[in-house]
Amino acid sequence: MDCGEIFEGLSEYLDDDLPEEICREIRRHLDDCHNCQVVVNTLKRTVYLYHTFPREEIPGETRKRLHKIIRMETEAESG
Amino acid sequence: MNQTVPTDTQLIRQFRAGEISALEDLVYRYEDQVYNLAYRMLRNREDAEDVLQDTFLSVIRALDKFKGKSSFSTWIYRIATNAALTKLRQRSRKLKTEGEFLDEIYSVHKQAHAGATMIDWAANPIESVLNEEARQVMEEAIAELPENYRVVFVLRDVEGLPASDVAEVLDLSVPAVKSRLHRARLFLRNRLSRYYEEGA
Repeated sequence: MDCGEIFEGLSEYLDDDLPEEICREIRRHLDDCHNCQVVVNTLKRTVYLYHTFPREEIPGETRKRLHKIIRMETEAESG
Repeated sequence: MNQTVPTDTQLIRQFRAGEISALEDLVYRYEDQVYNLAYRMLRNREDAEDVLQDTFLSVIRALDKFKGKSSFSTWIYRIATNAALTKLRQRSRKLKTEGEFLDEIYSVHKQAHAGATMIDWAANPIESVLNEEARQVMEEAIAELPENYRVVFVLRDVEGLPASDVAEVLDLSVPAVKSRLHRARLFLRNRLSRYYEEGA
């Protein structure tokens, strides 16, 4: 496998979505290719950082408004 | 007393039978996900609130037509995603073209091939790379993704949906989801690399 083929399959590699045989080939390539290794490490770190990104909380007023609108709508729907 | 939590299907059945509070329970169950998805797609609280309201109003109006072919969760994500995309398209801000986006992704490939030694910023401890400024860079980077890539990335890597569910929400094949996800991740990686390498 060359760098181009490795590059295309890296997300599936990180997501454990590739057959073991292909993973072995990728690992073999990574052992000898510093730049591909850096791309794997930094891509993995990128995904991790976004996984840990804080969730945006609904402001209290927004939540209240939503529930008020829903009550009005359901009352209207049920006639 | 052992009280089990009702499933989405049970709540829908209760609502159809006239129990209004069952709908409120469904809203409580999904409102955070819908708001977070909308905020990550639009990066604006007012727009996220509009999407939140539009989504649940659409849910109420269309609930009669919900046949349960897909899960309720997938159905609500589909409605929320469409509402967020509609909002995004109403904005006049010019997004990157597909060509510009792909050029940027593959610049890293060219860089690696040109023999440049790349910096492994992932070797730094997590606490040293995750600060307020970095979060800002991460948010801005998502906002730069073209919409087709942004929506896949937010559903898969921010909301944590499996690729098969993302495919169902967006009416795409699983390979198409994986391909868009990979490109979105590479783009975001490039943005973060630029930020961390400049600070190195």
